[in-house]
Amino acid sequence: MTLRQVDERQMDDLAIGAAVLGAGGGGNPYLGALLAKRVIRQRGPVALVSVDEVPDDALVVPTAGMGAPTVGVEKLPRGDEHVRALRALERVLGRPATHTVSIEAGGSNSTVPFRAAAKLGIPVVDADGMGRAFPEIQMVTATLYGVSATPMALADEKGNTAVIDTIDNHWAERLARSLTIDMGCVAKIALYPLSGRQLKQAMIPGTISLATELGRRIRQTRAAHGDPITAILDRLGGYRLFDGKISDVERRTETGFARGQARITGSGEDAGSSLAVRFQNEHLVAVRDGEVVASVPDLIIVLDGETGAPITTEELRYGFRVTVVAAPCDSRWRTAQGLALVGPRAFGYDLDYMPVEQRFGAAFPR
Amino acid sequence: MRVGIDVGGTNTDAVLLAGRRVLAEAKVPTTADVTGGITGALRGLMGSAGDLHDAQAVMIGTTHFTNAVIEAKGLLPTAAVRLGLPATQALPPMVDWPERLRQALGGHVYMCHGGHEFDGREISPLDAGELRRVAADIAAKELRSIAVCSVFSPVNAECERQAARLLAGELPGIPISLSHEIGRVGLLERENATIINACLRGLAARIIGALHAALAQLGITAPVWLSQNDGTLMSVDHAERYPVATFACGPTNSMRGAAFLSGLADCAVVDIGGTTTDVGMLHHGFPRQASVSVEIGQVRTNFRMPDVRSFGLGGGSVVHHQPKLMIGPGSVGYELDSRALVFGGDTMTATDLAVAGGLATIGDPDRVSGLDPGLVERGLGWIARAVSEAVDRMKTTPEPIPVVVVGGGSVLLGERLPGASELIKPDHFAVANAIGAAIAQVGGEVDRIVSLAGSSRHQALGQAKQQAIDEAVTAGAVPASVHVVEVEEVPLTYLPSNATRIRVKAVGDLELGGDDVAASG
Repeated sequence: MTLRQVDERQMDDLAIGAAVLGAGGGGNPYLGALLAKRVIRQRGPVALVSVDEVPDDALVVPTAGMGAPTVGVEKLPRGDEHVRALRALERVLGRPATHTVSIEAGGSNSTVPFRAAAKLGIPVVDADGMGRAFPEIQMVTATLYGVSATPMALADEKGNTAVIDTIDNHWAERLARSLTIDMGCVAKIALYPLSGRQLKQAMIPGTISLATELGRRIRQTRAAHGDPITAILDRLGGYRLFDGKISDVERRTETGFARGQARITGSGEDAGSSLAVRFQNEHLVAVRDGEVVASVPDLIIVLDGETGAPITTEELRYGFRVTVVAAPCDSRWRTAQGLALVGPRAFGYDLDYMPVEQRFGAAFPR
Repeated sequence: MRVGIDVGGTNTDAVLLAGRRVLAEAKVPTTADVTGGITGALRGLMGSAGDLHDAQAVMIGTTHFTNAVIEAKGLLPTAAVRLGLPATQALPPMVDWPERLRQALGGHVYMCHGGHEFDGREISPLDAGELRRVAADIAAKELRSIAVCSVFSPVNAECERQAARLLAGELPGIPISLSHEIGRVGLLERENATIINACLRGLAARIIGALHAALAQLGITAPVWLSQNDGTLMSVDHAERYPVATFACGPTNSMRGAAFLSGLADCAVVDIGGTTTDVGMLHHGFPRQASVSVEIGQVRTNFRMPDVRSFGLGGGSVVHHQPKLMIGPGSVGYELDSRALVFGGDTMTATDLAVAGGLATIGDPDRVSGLDPGLVERGLGWIARAVSEAVDRMKTTPEPIPVVVVGGGSVLLGERLPGASELIKPDHFAVANAIGAAIAQVGGEVDRIVSLAGSSRHQALGQAKQQAIDEAVTAGAVPASVHVVEVEEVPLTYLPSNATRIRVKAVGDLELGGDDVAASG
């Protein structure tokens, strides 16, 4: 892929598609797109480059939002937090970032690099660090390749910035989480500074393009009165888990995350059953009538039953009619190392991971 | 006896109900002053039913406020005051509004210090001097209404209350709308709804005044209620302060009216008016709600509203047959009785096709007897297909379902509809909205702070739900019809032992059999 200019018109598709990949987390797509459209309108389009186009000696600095999405929809940003975080990191590194990139696919976190890049005049790399969204900092493919999350910078809306250096990426999560909670549970961060060479090995290429394509498919399928949910499943190789109505949402902003579970009462073919979706910013496990039917690291996605619009964990609400789907994660997460980092046990669930296509592939061959 | 009134953009309808019986109905054109239309419709009722002194309640549904926002007409110049600096500057108030509506309000935006964190800490202290300068600017610009929205006010509303006191002190008499009384968590959506509410305060005072005037003129002293978006009623005083709560009551009333008239609980409802058709779904007797966000005049809010698909087809829709057959979205609207062919006009409308096809007798059928029968057949087929497609998009199952058609434009459909297991045109179909208003539901609401320490959440929620249901029944709801429509928990992390604000709303059908039950219970 060659360098291309991305303007505000692509931001809605990107944010919606990324919110599908975000599996409940990664921030609110409406706000993510709105913030990016405003900056791009003022500063002009952003260059998007493919991973191959990044020189080996480039300094790529991912930028993202950290905190609880339940707070993100209420305490909106001041607008310069991401730039201040990135500048703080550059001061420590002693040189300017040449590129920025998304740390996770999510409604807001897919657009943060575009917001920063539009202000700084640097390109965004078409990649991300998860191929989806996960709640914690160490949960990126870069950790599997020994890339350090720190030095890492955080900035809040009040003007505070902090730079931390930690002995490993789990400690980066722990310290950054404490700081984020003190900052009011939302902060912008710059972390995992990578060389171009490291980027090519340690990040997941093409995520921005994939998210934009997904968003476009949902929009176009809807316009053509097709079924957007089938369009999503076709693109991701996913499976329909459950149709129903949300009958209970238990959700708290706790230890810096939105934690809880949604209960869905089945309708149509699923009438008489119930599905529980447990989340920590992102959906972690789906339990149908007491039996686990999908788990991290596969993607568990809650969609509006009518429009196929992704519903993030902070938007789950009593009475919504939803379709829950599951889709396979990036293959790197299915290695022993990957599962140790983001498998069910990494989130405290004592269960073995079973790939979604193994569970459903025989019953519903694709 | 109860009087139901629907004040629409084109017509004002009224019905008189005794229990489940429709005693009288009337339909007159809506007038610019609103009063004229209402008195006209009520006089229509009195013509067949005598005076209305025995009426126990008057229930009114109106799309006036919705239309005012959609048309950006009659709105007050409004100050949007947000408390939250230094946070939130990246997206100022009214950021994603259509330019026309923004300008209709003047686009007066004030970002000030204040607001709370998720855990109840202050983001920054409220600045009295800053708010006084805002008040001075509001006075200098002669703005007429204020919306105040503070970050995390659903968790802690103190900043909004303090700012309101201060602004009211500087600007006596100006209406002030506070976001925590109007919306939920989600700053922009709550703020949008609050600003819309604020800009409607002038119109609300005028319309409520017109209602009182109309009823006083006719000597009707019964209590007056307005329909809200969830199908329940609110008092006139409440509506004057919270006009935004009337949004979407039109489709809700027409769907509930259709359920009442047809006796069906699960079906599609097609409401064909003069200019537009609304399609909604009834599920267990209740209008199906839209998920996620609902736009009001292209402004995003997070109200719960019925899921309705609207398109430009109605009795007044203009029929184009060159180069290709197309009906609507243009309509002759309230000029149907002068511009349609059957009334001697020169414009071929959907109503003309219905008359030529023998579906209705309106105006002078001879005037359309010369229409090409092929065109009439294709035109009526086109209308049936358009409605059928809209129903199909709203359905969640491929099987044919019953379709109830109401509204003055119902005559456009014949006996059958593709994809419908049956097509039902109930008696009184033309005034289904007014009937929906007259049979409005009653609600019970619980809003309290509970401690959810340990495993008591399930219990606390269960208690709150039961109390809301009991309140609805006490207010006059049929027990079997009551169900919970809203459950919201706002964790108040700054209070000890898992304090949580729980809000539950239960809604049920008003008991209609035998003697009437007053809406107030």
